[in-house]
Amino acid sequence: MTKATDTAFVEFDRVQKSYDGEVLVVKDLNLSMPKGEFLTMLGPSGSGKTTCLMMLAGFETATHGDIRLDGQPINNIPPHKRGIGMVFQNYALFPHMTVAENLSFPLEVRNMGKSDRQEKVKRALDMVQMGDFGGRRPAQLSGGQQQRIALARALVFEPELVLMDEPLGALDKQLRETLQFEITKLAHDLGITVVYVTHDQTEALTMSDRVAVFDDGRIQQLAPPDELYEKPQNSFVAQFIGENNTLEGVVQDIKGETCIVKLDSGDIIDAIPVNVHTVGERTKVSIRPERVEYDKSRLSADAHTLKAEVLEFIYMGDIFRTRLRVAGTDDFVIKSRNAPDQTRLKPGEMIEIGWLAQDCRALDA
Amino acid sequence: MSPCNTGDNIMTDATGPMMAADGRPLKASLNRALRRQKLRALALIAPLLVFIMFTFIIPIGQMLFRSVENQIVSDVLPTTVAALENWDAETGQAPDEDVFYALTQDLMVAVEKKQHTRLGSRLNYEMTGISSLFRKSGRSVDDIGEVYADQFIDLDPRWGEAEFWADLMGAEGLTPDMPFEMHPDVFTTFARAAPAYAAFAATIASEDGDDPREEEPWNSVYLALYEDLKEAPKFTNAPKGIEIMSEFAPQVVDFETIDLAAEFADIDEDWVDPAVWQTIQTYAPEFTNGYFLNSIDRQKTPDGAEWRPEDEQIYLKLFWRTMLMSLAITGSCILLGYPVAWLLANLPMRTANVLMILVLLPFWTSLLVRTSAWKVLLQQQGVINDLLVWIGIVADDNRLALINNATGTVIAMTHILLPFMILPLYSVMKTIPPAYLRAAKSLGATNWTAFWRVYFPQSVPGIGAGSILVFILAIGYYITPEIVGGTKGVFISNRIAYHISSSLNWGLAAALGTILLALVLVFYWLYDRIVGIDNVKLGG
Repeated sequence: MTKATDTAFVEFDRVQKSYDGEVLVVKDLNLSMPKGEFLTMLGPSGSGKTTCLMMLAGFETATHGDIRLDGQPINNIPPHKRGIGMVFQNYALFPHMTVAENLSFPLEVRNMGKSDRQEKVKRALDMVQMGDFGGRRPAQLSGGQQQRIALARALVFEPELVLMDEPLGALDKQLRETLQFEITKLAHDLGITVVYVTHDQTEALTMSDRVAVFDDGRIQQLAPPDELYEKPQNSFVAQFIGENNTLEGVVQDIKGETCIVKLDSGDIIDAIPVNVHTVGERTKVSIRPERVEYDKSRLSADAHTLKAEVLEFIYMGDIFRTRLRVAGTDDFVIKSRNAPDQTRLKPGEMIEIGWLAQDCRALDA
Repeated sequence: MSPCNTGDNIMTDATGPMMAADGRPLKASLNRALRRQKLRALALIAPLLVFIMFTFIIPIGQMLFRSVENQIVSDVLPTTVAALENWDAETGQAPDEDVFYALTQDLMVAVEKKQHTRLGSRLNYEMTGISSLFRKSGRSVDDIGEVYADQFIDLDPRWGEAEFWADLMGAEGLTPDMPFEMHPDVFTTFARAAPAYAAFAATIASEDGDDPREEEPWNSVYLALYEDLKEAPKFTNAPKGIEIMSEFAPQVVDFETIDLAAEFADIDEDWVDPAVWQTIQTYAPEFTNGYFLNSIDRQKTPDGAEWRPEDEQIYLKLFWRTMLMSLAITGSCILLGYPVAWLLANLPMRTANVLMILVLLPFWTSLLVRTSAWKVLLQQQGVINDLLVWIGIVADDNRLALINNATGTVIAMTHILLPFMILPLYSVMKTIPPAYLRAAKSLGATNWTAFWRVYFPQSVPGIGAGSILVFILAIGYYITPEIVGGTKGVFISNRIAYHISSSLNWGLAAALGTILLALVLVFYWLYDRIVGIDNVKLGG
């Protein structure tokens, strides 16, 4: 890992964190980010992602290991000397200052001259399309506007690294989507490095260059969004990202790129062995709902198929969501596009389903 | 026309107001609907309102009214006050016989009603010695005029009979079972004797339940009669007593007379002292600003308000000291309370609760106990001095005077009022998310800058609320300065208490209290101007 230092801008090296000396909140974290990357830390609450962010910002100290910024260890540098911009979940705009004063604050503490300050504040406000709001108090702004100001404040002193702690958590869906786009665009335009923490996977997938999925104090998988979704490395990631069907069984045979899994119901299916290595190992097989086929003509002739009973059909507008009973589970879901030639399955109907072997991943049990 | 107006037209008559479904004006309907709610709300607060009204607002209003109320002089000495109007204090002479005549009449009534001592005490606030003057005169005033009584009775023994007097002065057709009533016309016949007799009749009836038909008149009534008759008037238009009076009037001229001023001077020399009369004249009006002038170390003189002599000025100094010390107490409460409140707001819940109990502990201990404890701690042979001597900071023969002075008051009151600073501060700090400090630091602020520019301004409402509480409580504090303040550490409220319970000068106490109240309101107003009362938060 340490060899990556040459190109890494932000680097966690074997970092551990414990609050009480008994439980590790962050276990052996290794992460390295190149300059200009937009990295999202995604995970359920308590997974250690916010703690990592706070260690990077300097509000928590690592119990063990090094955190390096641009090659320099920053463990012992106080937060105000790290020069890292930060956007907080509840914005943390200073309520007793106007918007312009809020933005001017980081420049003032850097002893910048008045005219320079005014110019930078104006530019930063224009950047988030809030140019006319300099005289307002934060309380007079809507949530979305406050978020824009918080963003501008974190950027106004031109940090190379910006941390964002669930910045859009308090906004409604539509606004969130608009701001997701704006933040991503701004980050790329300015070329800044962003570490973004969220528990919203859609946000993580749409905004990031890479996503680090956290669970139990460890990074479970660090990958670009498409890889994360399509090639989950373990069953936690498969479950956590997107909708997923899980079937449990035992590996019966491994042949290079494919393996054969015997499900608990006795059915046999094809899969790619991802982290199963020996015959007889228990496995959880993961199949994305939209990759399941029930039209036999689209399946290859030698593909294994399973019998399924339709339990429920839900019309969702753009897609159909059908719940099936397959191999002893009641919550097997398939999704199909609402196309003119698509068949609408009826509850009680018996069908046969199958998939391409590469879409079916045999993961850890 | 906007769509809105079109909508209105559907609901309204062409000209009239909005109507409810039953055709009555909507406003009236709404008011009716709300009236019940309002009445219920009123009923809920009514008991408290009535309680407060009768136990607090009305008594306090009355008390404050005493600061200008001065009816006692004109009530007790009505004719004297009227006669004094023509007297000019500038002459340096005692007033003329008319005033002394009026004084005789007023004083007689006052003595019977036992009002003269009260008046004496009242005027004694303004001039020392008047109290004993009135008390002394009360014992002797009934002798004045005795010489005339004797001469009238010598002239005709009927003058000594109650019945004779009653017939002379009483209304026609009075039967013994009817209450005595004056004849309306005698007032014109006897310009002086009739009022004097009327006062006599009314006083004995009201004070002792006596009937004037059974009681010999006071000597002052004989004096009045003599005054009427000595000018030998012609009794032309009087219905009663004409015959009798025509008989007596000429003989009165030969009476032995007395000099009223001399008679009073006999009782007490002070009665011929113009200063006494000047005091009575100055305080004759029903309302006075005298108490207020006293409260600010000034006094009323015929030429207007004047400063009291330097050595008698205490109140302005006391007000000033009360304010300065209250400010000092408020300041030390802020200094001591702020860090504690900060800890309380930022510690983990369990630890904060323990600390909170420690903060509240003083509330559960009697104020007197706490203050007395300070007495033990602070005295020259007390714990703190012992400790300082033992450590060697202070020499044994040079122990610090920590009590019975301003220092003692500030120390003890800071301790007592500290919770009133900490609690509002805490409740405000509790609402300041730690994210602000983090945000400030992430933006490059040092710990101090983050605190001073970001945290502190947001805690100002708490400081404001705490300060206004502590300051207002301190400015009116009484018990602690009384116990630990000595002479140099007492507040204006101690002086008020003294006037209420010891000197019984309630008027002055009320004036001092009113000024104190006004001061508090002025401070409140100033505070509103500077800090803004909207900025005060007592909770959440």
